Amino acid sequence: MVLVTIAIMALTLKHLFAVIMLSGAFSLVSAMLFVVMDAVDVAFTEAAVGAGVSTVLMLATMALTVRVQKETKRPIILPLVVVCLVGVLLIYGTLDMPNFGAFDSPAQLHLGSTYLSITYKDMGIPNVVTGILASYRGYDTLGETVVVLTAGLGVILLLSGLKGRKDKE
Amino acid sequence: MNSGLNFIYGHLPYWLFIILMLSGLFIVVSRGNLIKKIVGLNIFQTSVFMFYISIGKMKGGTAPILLDKSANNSAVIYSNPLPHVLILTAIVVGIATTALGLALIIKIREEYETVEEDDIQKLDQNDLEKYNKKNVMETNS
Repeated sequence: MVLVTIAIMALTLKHLFAVIMLSGAFSLVSAMLFVVMDAVDVAFTEAAVGAGVSTVLMLATMALTVRVQKETKRPIILPLVVVCLVGVLLIYGTLDMPNFGAFDSPAQLHLGSTYLSITYKDMGIPNVVTGILASYRGYDTLGETVVVLTAGLGVILLLSGLKGRKDKE
Repeated sequence: MNSGLNFIYGHLPYWLFIILMLSGLFIVVSRGNLIKKIVGLNIFQTSVFMFYISIGKMKGGTAPILLDKSANNSAVIYSNPLPHVLILTAIVVGIATTALGLALIIKIREEYETVEEDDIQKLDQNDLEKYNKKNVMETNS
């Protein structure tokens, strides 16, 4: 409920500072929700990355650009129709899903329990999420760091090219 | 009757996540300000994460950190760790894309002096008209 309120406020507010702060609050509340749903590692990451780093980055961008959003004059009906259509389709998709927290859902029956039983034997780490992330999916995590590196390089290249372009003109 | 109520109760979390996701999507599509679009994208993304985590949740389960190290006892229920691992990766990739998008916004601001999509389109239209006029004049002469 809090999350929905925050999202709607972010939609209506004009001051970007407030919108960005709300986005940070959204991340923090969603981190709490992750804890409730037993995903403590995800909650950690969301609180640090979503509420911390991304808020700081957005504030920096806002400081370099503008503070207040202009009124958009575009018609609102087409986006609304598209969004409603997507929503109906998605809700139709959930009708086939098992109940929230069910024991016999397909997601719980196969790999999850296997990993729970073999991770400690293989790695000796009681935290199963860390064990899977660092060893079974080690290459994937390596690829993830490559993505972060690429994004960092992209940001540096984009921002360092600014002055040269201006001088040429 | 009871089973219908049970169904609605069991699916309500999913529907809430979908509504959240749609509000993020609506911000992205309907608002012209680029920074606001990024905020909408973040909301969208986080709700998808919540949806994934909710699939791994088991009623009465606890976080997948083993309590008893010697053997895997069946007395304790652990939630499914695989969605958590997947989403951990996705969050980090998400912040990388957000950072890149914000850098692009700064760059756009340097070039166009605005971060509103409508203004950018107007400027582009003007440039295109100027360019076409120039071409027509050159071919005529």
